[in-house]
This record gives sequence, C-alpha cells and structure tokens, in this order.
Amino acid sequence: MGTFHIGKHELHGITVVVDTEGAETYVGRCDDIVDGRVILRDAAVHRDGESAASKQEFLDKAAQWGVFADHKRLVIAETTVASIRRLGEL
Amino acid sequence: MPYPEMMLKPMRHELTMVGFDELTTNDEVESWPGWNEGTGLLVINSVCGCAAGMARPGVRLALDGEGARPDRLATVFAGQDLDATAAARARFPDVPPSSPSMALFKDGELVFFLPRHRIEGRTAEDVAGDLRDAFQSNA
Repeated sequence: MGTFHIGKHELHGITVVVDTEGAETYVGRCDDIVDGRVILRDAAVHRDGESAASKQEFLDKAAQWGVFADHKRLVIAETTVASIRRLGEL
Repeated sequence: MPYPEMMLKPMRHELTMVGFDELTTNDEVESWPGWNEGTGLLVINSVCGCAAGMARPGVRLALDGEGARPDRLATVFAGQDLDATAAARARFPDVPPSSPSMALFKDGELVFFLPRHRIEGRTAEDVAGDLRDAFQSNA
C-alpha cells in the first residue's frame, strides 16, 4: 500500500541516470518526462572536467549509495539527452 | 508536506505489526539500543508507493521464517516524523538520504544499506532476498 501518482511518465518515482550529449550527467528521481523536458527531483550533477571524481567514479558511488542532491528540482531539455537509465540497473 | 495521519496509519502498522519499534522523536531515536547492541535494522518508511509499495512487504517477508534476523527492529517515517528521521540519518551521515531505505547496524557499525533505488521496480521477494543475505552474513 502506498501513494501512487497517476498520469505521469512510466519512470515517475524511479531514480535514473540521465546522460547528455554534453559534459553533464545527472542522477535524480524522475518526476516526469513531458513536453520535451525531463524533470528530476533531488538530483545531483556530474560535469566532465569540472567534478573532482570521474564520471565512472560518480556513477559507481551513486549506484552503491545514491546521491547527495544538489537540486530539489531540475529540468533538462530532452533534445540534449543521450540516454536515460535506471540507477538500480547499473 | 506531511500527509494526514489517518492515511499513514496502515503504512506504520505494516511494520509495527511485525515487531518494529516506531521512533517518532529525537529522544526515541537516540535511545534505540539497535545502534550499538548486537544487530539492529532501521527502516526509513515512506508514503511513496513507487518504491515503498514493495519495501514494506519485502521487509516483512525477510523477517518471516526461521532464518537469521536482527536483534532489534525500528522504523522512522520520512517526511512525517521529521526530527526523528533527521536524528536517525545523522547516525550515517556519509550515506545520501533516501526513502524508503533500510540500514543494518552491527555493534555500532553500519554493515548494510539498501537505498531507495535498489528497491524501486523490484518485487517484495527481491527486497527480502537482499535483506536475508545481509541478516545471514551479519548474524
């Protein structure tokens, strides 16, 4: 028993890895994918060349423990997205 | 924003009916013996059905039967009992907060953690399997 959210994208409530065509990789809980936007909750961002850890280190740690969120809500243009994967499947 | 208590009652009951102590205040969290004595399983409960729907049945299934089980069981309710949840999470500050999630302690150390993303989309049997493995290897 729990609270479900009807009418959202099938990934609603699932923690996902959003790879982009650019330097950013996002990990967060998918709220919705709608109107060309991927909306994440409690998300963290890794930027190649800026973040202390490599992308693989970031993802390895995220897969084991989750992430400390930098953003309560984050909106990503779907046109910049290369892939969306479930964090739990890494 | 907290949900009406009436709505939460069955979600709390799913755990308390199988022996979980519900910790609703900072003092209750601080005095829980499971942090330091033997093994203690802390479940961070959640209203979210996307993941919690399988979390509670998974926990119950893991505790069913005759296998190894923790000496102590406790739960806090994320988003509802805010002080208690913050106090509990302060016991493992290096772990990112997520709910539902489950933490197993042995003699004062965090020995196993099942974050929300390892519960999402899985069955109660899957969750129970992970917990049983953790109980067995830390018995």
